[in-house]
Amino acid sequence: MPIISIRDLVVEYDGRRVLDGLNLDVEPGEAMVLLGGSGSGKSTLLRQIIGLERPKSGNVIVKGIDITRCSPSELKKVRHSIGVAFQSAALFNSLSVKDNVALPLREHTKLAPSIIDLMVWMKLAVVGLADFGKLLPQELSGGMKKRGAVARALALDPEILVLDEPSAGLDPIVAAELDELILLLKEAFHMTIIVVTHEMPSAFRIADRIAMLHQGTFSSVGTKEEIKASQDPRVRHFLDRTPEDLANATAVAAHFEKYLHTPEINQ
Amino acid sequence: MPNVLENVGRRTLNELDYVGSLNIQLWSTLRAMKSAFPLVGNRYRWRATVRQMLQIGYDALPMVSMMAICTGFILAMQGASELRRFGAIHYVIDLVAVGFTRELGPLLTAIAVSGRSGSAFAAEIGTMKVTEELDSLRVMALDPIEFVLAPKYLAGLISIPCLTIISNAFGIIAGGLFMFLSTRLAPLLYFRYVLESIALRDVITGLIKSVAFATIIAHVGCLEGFRVRGGPDSVGRSTTSAVVKSTFLVIVADAIFTAIFYFTVRP
Repeated sequence: MPIISIRDLVVEYDGRRVLDGLNLDVEPGEAMVLLGGSGSGKSTLLRQIIGLERPKSGNVIVKGIDITRCSPSELKKVRHSIGVAFQSAALFNSLSVKDNVALPLREHTKLAPSIIDLMVWMKLAVVGLADFGKLLPQELSGGMKKRGAVARALALDPEILVLDEPSAGLDPIVAAELDELILLLKEAFHMTIIVVTHEMPSAFRIADRIAMLHQGTFSSVGTKEEIKASQDPRVRHFLDRTPEDLANATAVAAHFEKYLHTPEINQ
Repeated sequence: MPNVLENVGRRTLNELDYVGSLNIQLWSTLRAMKSAFPLVGNRYRWRATVRQMLQIGYDALPMVSMMAICTGFILAMQGASELRRFGAIHYVIDLVAVGFTRELGPLLTAIAVSGRSGSAFAAEIGTMKVTEELDSLRVMALDPIEFVLAPKYLAGLISIPCLTIISNAFGIIAGGLFMFLSTRLAPLLYFRYVLESIALRDVITGLIKSVAFATIIAHVGCLEGFRVRGGPDSVGRSTTSAVVKSTFLVIVADAIFTAIFYFTVRP
């Protein structure tokens, strides 16, 4: 039984359709990468999966609960089993890294402070930040912030870990370190991992399966080998880094011609 | 003409939407406020409340005191220049004492706090929104109203009336200083006259106003922060808007309260 099941998901902003009837199943323990260009709808899909927005129609079923229609208390229960690391890390600037990681534990458990401290240290050690817990987020580098966000997402030992553009804006070495960390988490904790990215090397390193988004629909869903072998032109454009819509010289010339004949220009 | 009507209609709907949002936010905060109380609530919220009280109250103390001293002095001088012509300079004491406890103390404090803390609330929450910190609270199953707004509101409800009392005291002291310098009226005698001229109801009506002003400042500031859309430039706009709207609403509320007290509370 899939841990996440998306059915006929439609999302619109001001009448503009951003996601158009998506269907996807994510199995427990699977690493699913949502791949797509800018504006393809992958961050919107991620916000639906974590219940931050409600769709126009369709369902997002997480652990058997339809989070598009459930009560706030059910949504809260589902959220306890999802850890999210945002693109901007979204660590609270007024709290130290240690306190950021401790926050969900203090709020949702009745553990003694000493146990919370130990757990925080363990989470920070997993992401390689054990010596940096006392620093404020603004004192960390971009890569460290992202790792801090992953540590916070891991705080409650979630079954599902969602990562939004984990390697965006990072140098290749730090990005590769993060990829290894994600793989480690998957192997060590048997987590279901959903990663939104447009970084091809990261996607192929992490993924069990890749779902390729194009203009609000899945152009292709399959294992990384299937995606690599895909002959779908939309997938090929992305994989081969070829521009999809080259400027049409005839259309541009026609546009200028039309503009030169407008009344304003002739006055 | 249709455009004018359309604009009037749109503006009216926008204003109604704003008032509706303020109402919903107020009731949601009142429901969540228990968590910010000491002993019965969450100790981390109470700590946040204490931090906010220091920022709203203690940090504003020098500014509010100086504003009250200057205004008390100005009011006494302006009053004396007219009242002296009728040989009624002793009425300056009533003017300053009653004027401050009923009106100027609460109003001056509210304007100072609106500029300092209302704008800070909008900037803080707006930045949290832009940097996805509010989203990360939601995905950690934490309610931003309870986590962010409730401590600010409770801190405002405690700090602003306290600041108002201090402002009243400094304004009255400034009046006493003027009376001593201009008429050699002994300070002890001045304070005896002050106590004779003000009634308990003057102090209570002033404090009721200050509680209402605290509600306006906290909620307008926070709502402007929650309504931030887009990037950092909109945080700047929301900060300005928080100060302008809360100052305007404080003055409107002051007029309403003064009218209510004038027609209902008779000496």
